[in-house]
Amino acid sequence: MTLWWIGDVLLLAVVLPVVVYLLKGVLDAARGIVPSVRRIAAAARAGSNDLDAVPLLLTTQAHVKTTVEVVAGYGGSLDVIVDDAEEE
Amino acid sequence: MPAAGVVLIIAVLLIVLALVYYLLSTIVALRQITSGLDEAIAGVGEIIEKSAPVEDVVKDINANLDAGVDLLEGLLVKKAGLTDSIGLIEGLYPGAAAEGLRNFPDSKTIKPPRISEVYTKGTLTLARLGREAPIAATSPKGPVLRNVEGGSLEARSLYPETRQARPEKLPRSPVIGTGAPVQYPPSEQRGGATPDEAEIREKGPWAETAAEGIVPAELGGSDAPREMLAEDRELGSPVLGESTGSGEPATESGIDPSAGDEADATSDGGPEPPEEAEPDLKDAAAVPRQVDRDSADPEDGSDR
Repeated sequence: MTLWWIGDVLLLAVVLPVVVYLLKGVLDAARGIVPSVRRIAAAARAGSNDLDAVPLLLTTQAHVKTTVEVVAGYGGSLDVIVDDAEEE
Repeated sequence: MPAAGVVLIIAVLLIVLALVYYLLSTIVALRQITSGLDEAIAGVGEIIEKSAPVEDVVKDINANLDAGVDLLEGLLVKKAGLTDSIGLIEGLYPGAAAEGLRNFPDSKTIKPPRISEVYTKGTLTLARLGREAPIAATSPKGPVLRNVEGGSLEARSLYPETRQARPEKLPRSPVIGTGAPVQYPPSEQRGGATPDEAEIREKGPWAETAAEGIVPAELGGSDAPREMLAEDRELGSPVLGESTGSGEPATESGIDPSAGDEADATSDGGPEPPEEAEPDLKDAAAVPRQVDRDSADPEDGSDR
């Protein structure tokens, strides 16, 4: 009978607190991850929204091409009307 | 059941309850994490999708810009020479010469010449082209050199214009008719300008008639009220025309009225026949009529 009582005391005084401590640690860690994940999701959404201007790069690409063509035409005209530098 | 057994059962029950509570709470937290990760993964997926073409586009833009830089560098070096190009770059962007030209590694070692030397050469180039060199009169860093618009306007003034705009205000031809800026009642004029007082004094009382009009309005002249005019009078001033109200000639050279005073019918007018041509005498042989002979007889008291 004494052993039964010793076992009861061990369960209530040792096993139960250890189990509760460990489970509470897991729960706290899991709850700590939640806000971090939410911030990551918000950052991903914001990053996606920032990239909405990426299609404008196609316009920039076309403008750069046109500009370089104009510069090439202008340079070609200058090449015709302006003499080359004299050789030293 | 002994008391120790009851206590054991209670202890085990407490442990199970603790396990249930914390494990359920952990499951809820893990589900929230899963949901947040799903959102994050979706956002990252959009980022990957949207940024996929960026590399190709940016590479193409860089390739075009590289071609432009190569073109401009090559043109500058070809036209101004490598040394003067470095001087020109240094003059426009102080300190930029140290970086040199990308396609000309030797340019980094060149000591940039004074910018005035470069502009002197440019001036000669422009002078050969027959254009005004828009260089600064005082300093190469002066405002004239950078004033592209001003330099362009000055150079533009050297070229002929399709529509002459200088001088800005040339004398304009007089406007006549219904569109004339000054309208005169028809009774005041019947051709020519309205004589003023000095002209009336010079020409005499008859000129006053022209000033007052052939038929004054109160006697039924052209500009009389409609009820005073005849019923069949339907012609208005747009049909009759109007004078300019000014004595200035309508054409640039005008009309020289003295030419008529000096005209000679025997020498002026008519065709100029060749020197050897026979005179046209077909009308000279006509016999004068008796009436004409009688009127030409001096004894008959003619006024010949």
